[in-house]
Amino acid sequence: MTALTHLDLLEAEAIYVLRETAAWFKRPALLFSGGKDSLCMVALALRGFRPGRLPFPLLHIDTGHNFPETLEFRDRLVADIGEELLVRRVQDTVDAGHARDEVGPKASRNLQQTITLLDSVRELGLDALIGGGRRDEEKARAKERIFSLRKDAGGWDPHRQRPEFWLQLNGALCPGEHMRVFPLSNWTELDVWQYIGRERLDIPALYRAHRRRCLRTRAGVLLAESPHLAVEEGETVEELRVRFRTVGDMTCSAAMESGAISVDEIIDEIAAARTSERGLRMDDRRSEAAMEERKTEGYF
Amino acid sequence: MDLLRFATAGNVDDGKSTLIGRLLHDCRALLDDQLDSLRRASNRLGEEGLNLAFATDGLRAERAQNITIDVAYRFFSTGKRRFILADCPGHLGYLPNMVTGLSTANLAVVLVDVRHGLVEQTRRHCFLASLFRISHLVLCVNKMDLVDFAQSAFSEVREQFEAFSQKVAIHDVTVIPMSAKLGDNVVERSATMPWYPGPPLLRHLENVHIASDINQVDCRLPVQISLGPRTWAGRLASGHLCVGDEVALLPGGARAAVAGLTVACRAVAEARAPLSVAVELDHDVDIRRGDLLVRVHNRPDLRDDVDAMVCWFGAEPLVAGRNLRLLHGPRQTRATVSRLDYRFDMQTLSREINPPALCLNDIGRIQLRADQPLCPDRYQDNRATGSFVLVDEANNRTVAACMVR
Repeated sequence: MTALTHLDLLEAEAIYVLRETAAWFKRPALLFSGGKDSLCMVALALRGFRPGRLPFPLLHIDTGHNFPETLEFRDRLVADIGEELLVRRVQDTVDAGHARDEVGPKASRNLQQTITLLDSVRELGLDALIGGGRRDEEKARAKERIFSLRKDAGGWDPHRQRPEFWLQLNGALCPGEHMRVFPLSNWTELDVWQYIGRERLDIPALYRAHRRRCLRTRAGVLLAESPHLAVEEGETVEELRVRFRTVGDMTCSAAMESGAISVDEIIDEIAAARTSERGLRMDDRRSEAAMEERKTEGYF
Repeated sequence: MDLLRFATAGNVDDGKSTLIGRLLHDCRALLDDQLDSLRRASNRLGEEGLNLAFATDGLRAERAQNITIDVAYRFFSTGKRRFILADCPGHLGYLPNMVTGLSTANLAVVLVDVRHGLVEQTRRHCFLASLFRISHLVLCVNKMDLVDFAQSAFSEVREQFEAFSQKVAIHDVTVIPMSAKLGDNVVERSATMPWYPGPPLLRHLENVHIASDINQVDCRLPVQISLGPRTWAGRLASGHLCVGDEVALLPGGARAAVAGLTVACRAVAEARAPLSVAVELDHDVDIRRGDLLVRVHNRPDLRDDVDAMVCWFGAEPLVAGRNLRLLHGPRQTRATVSRLDYRFDMQTLSREINPPALCLNDIGRIQLRADQPLCPDRYQDNRATGSFVLVDEANNRTVAACMVR
């Protein structure tokens, strides 16, 4: 028999975690944005549960700032696999008065997204949310458990986390608690791309190099031109050949100049990159402990 | 590319964070924006240049107090291997986090300051590594720059360690003189210590043989869930399974043959640990989550009474008579502590016989009586099926890590 590769081991671990999630919880949901991590998770779930149906619906928290290409991809994938997709919109949360939009030139819906997420947990009676968070993304994430316990309000308290000896997962909940589950905990960005390549998974076109009108901020960050983004003084708009490393929210996902089209070219580019993927997200550049603060408030 | 999981432990000032920062930095695992953020954090605390130690401490409290509280996982790779590093806190107070890191590691890296030699905490860390059956241990004798890279200082620590290591059972021990701060013998061989013939740490991590760390003999498949008629899913804890194998399901004992086998939906003739599989049986048998699928001629004994080493992390002391929930893979049962045999004195590593209780962070040997029979292996034969955890039923916290004797 051929030797097992790191992708075989990571795949086996993620499928094990997804199956434990199905066994421990009454009403889990898999958070799905159409990005590479969530499409990888859907692929892993299919590999873990077919020929049966997925034991959980997909849930998209829609900021309203999506790239049209991502939504298109999302709908195509869901139609292909014939599974349930639930969509909850930040706009509805704002309209209901549960959250207020940020104002100002680089307003984002990153914080509002957390409120919509927590509203959906209550509305749908979810006891576990499966997310694509990876420990390599950010230093507060590096300390995350695979089964991450949250209080009613969704807050992450690093000191209340359960130790996970030998990958023995404990999904028992007390009233008012729910779980966040991270099957990709031990994956890196490169692993995700190598897996996409190995399994020949379909990806949103945004990940591949294309021509696009981009706004260059004064700090030199490239953002997609969109109706959600006002051009400020000192900023320019230019058409460039770019691709995206994350494809969530149009207002905070930075583009990079690139010629990479195939998954192999993307892998080469990432392997040689000198900037982390989070470094291309405006929301993480706000403060040193930005991620830790947002997680404490219930963010993923 | 294969995957090595390793854990690091050291005293507060042994330079563990600097070592990890150095490994990540020299393997190009720290990227420009992360280096910038590191530089800003160093400057804010009044340090000049780059403090590599800040690369590992993720939580705000840790950066402020300059200590590691929780396990942090780091990822890097070389042309040869992918590495998952569990950076564990060294303090006894954070023992559960340390045990978390050790429980899944192939290899443990323990640091000592060459000027102080083996201190109590080093002995404790080595003891834990041996208790958890880590196959490979690397002792990094750090801060060699502060003793002018003198071979005699290194040899003294190595001799101390060799005398001590006879008491702990670890098969493969490597001792490396090092200056994490200057990078000597971390990634590159040290030019200032030509008397050391061995490889630098990273070369050792790349080449250490880990294929035999997992039990490839005893087929054990704890059943997680059903995927449809006669089809059951789980992750092979050890051994391998083939289409056509005659299998038994424990504890019930029902027998069947493997009619089909898939790994991530790919049909295969054979699968081995630690892959997640789905098994189609040739006929209907009574199975439920938590049953153990084994080959008919290689099965563990069923047990109601379990003899185990326990690391206790509950806030209240553990006493005989205590009821807890026992999780053994996907199998759950209630269990009662029938006897406390001894506790280890972590200062002297000697045994206190028949202690009245085990307190927070105590390690000892206990006897448990399970409500439902278990089918564990001995931990020394099988890390995956020889381990289990205990959960406090009042608050659902995981309060103990246990290893079957």
